[in-house]
Amino acid sequence: MGWLEGRFEESVITTSLEQAINWARESSMWPMTFGLACCAIEMMATGASRFDMDRFGAGAFRATPRQADLMIVAGTVNYKMASRVRRLYNQMPDPKFVIAMGACTCGGGPYYKYGYNVVKGVDLVVPVDVYVPGCPPRPETLLEGLMRIQDKVHGMKYLTKNQPINMPIPSRTGYVILPPELEDADPHRAAEKQLAFQKDKKEKAAPTKA
Amino acid sequence: MTATEIIAAIETHFGPAIKSKNTEAIDPYVVIEPGDLLEVSRFLRDDPALKFEILSVISGVDYLELDPKKVAKAGFEPHFEVVYHLQSFTHRHRFVLKLILPRWKGDKAGELPEVPSVTGLWASAEWHEREVYDLSGVWFTGHPDLRRILLAEDWIGHPLRKDYEFPLEYHGIRGR
Repeated sequence: MGWLEGRFEESVITTSLEQAINWARESSMWPMTFGLACCAIEMMATGASRFDMDRFGAGAFRATPRQADLMIVAGTVNYKMASRVRRLYNQMPDPKFVIAMGACTCGGGPYYKYGYNVVKGVDLVVPVDVYVPGCPPRPETLLEGLMRIQDKVHGMKYLTKNQPINMPIPSRTGYVILPPELEDADPHRAAEKQLAFQKDKKEKAAPTKA
Repeated sequence: MTATEIIAAIETHFGPAIKSKNTEAIDPYVVIEPGDLLEVSRFLRDDPALKFEILSVISGVDYLELDPKKVAKAGFEPHFEVVYHLQSFTHRHRFVLKLILPRWKGDKAGELPEVPSVTGLWASAEWHEREVYDLSGVWFTGHPDLRRILLAEDWIGHPLRKDYEFPLEYHGIRGR
């Protein structure tokens, strides 16, 4: 607390309300029990005694979204599940945070090309705060992800500034945003333009013969 | 009973029903017409010497080579197969039934080929048939509740067909 710190007796602590709330919040992140696939095994290992997520205050896995403020999406999300993930996210009280755990939730992972029913990244469904890559990530990695969430909570200025917590959902569309000169209302003409653009690029990038 | 004996037993009862047979394969099989399926299955289940109480699995196999260069080497015409793996706990033997179907009913794309349901003979067939319908696209006539079992109810197409096209978007979520 800057200049105030250490000016009082030893048993007096000075802090701001915001810092106190952030400290309380980051020290008791309650994750939701939300295992979808193999990553859930690592998440359980993180919660169990060897790695013990409870050391960081995040060991109380809640079985309901209404008591949780952290959603660890552990495992492959498929299209049938996506609407449920979104609903559970909407049911969580603010402020809420999402960890995308594992390659599948980060961007489709091994199912990116030939997975007809796998969502190519859970960030197409819910806004993600921290991505934890790995297939599956080791428990240490998930703990690291949790600490990044805690950093994020630590920096929250919810009370003093009117900072919006809600991100626009979803935060990325997943579609390529084309420059305006390649856009066209007619999809066929747009495709032709894009093809011409690609060819042009390829020709320019081709190595010149010495 | 060995596979040869099982095939001989079927042949004595349903001589012309067997279209082809293979005793050399790891899982010996006979190929029958879809129309004869129910009678042959009932015989296999109820005959005291055979007693196939268990239907282990039903599979749908799509035979289609999409690459025009490989069509000549593929060694098959485009067709669809439904495979039934049967097992007997009483006699400890196994057997395989195969049906050969057109890929589409009447060669009209989108019209699913039809097979009589064996749900009445083996209760386990109900979910197996739903799965084959869901992923491979075979219509089982006489099935009590033929819905999709794995994919979402409003899914379009049958993903394990070779010519299946991946959805670009599903309920506003980008597909690829």
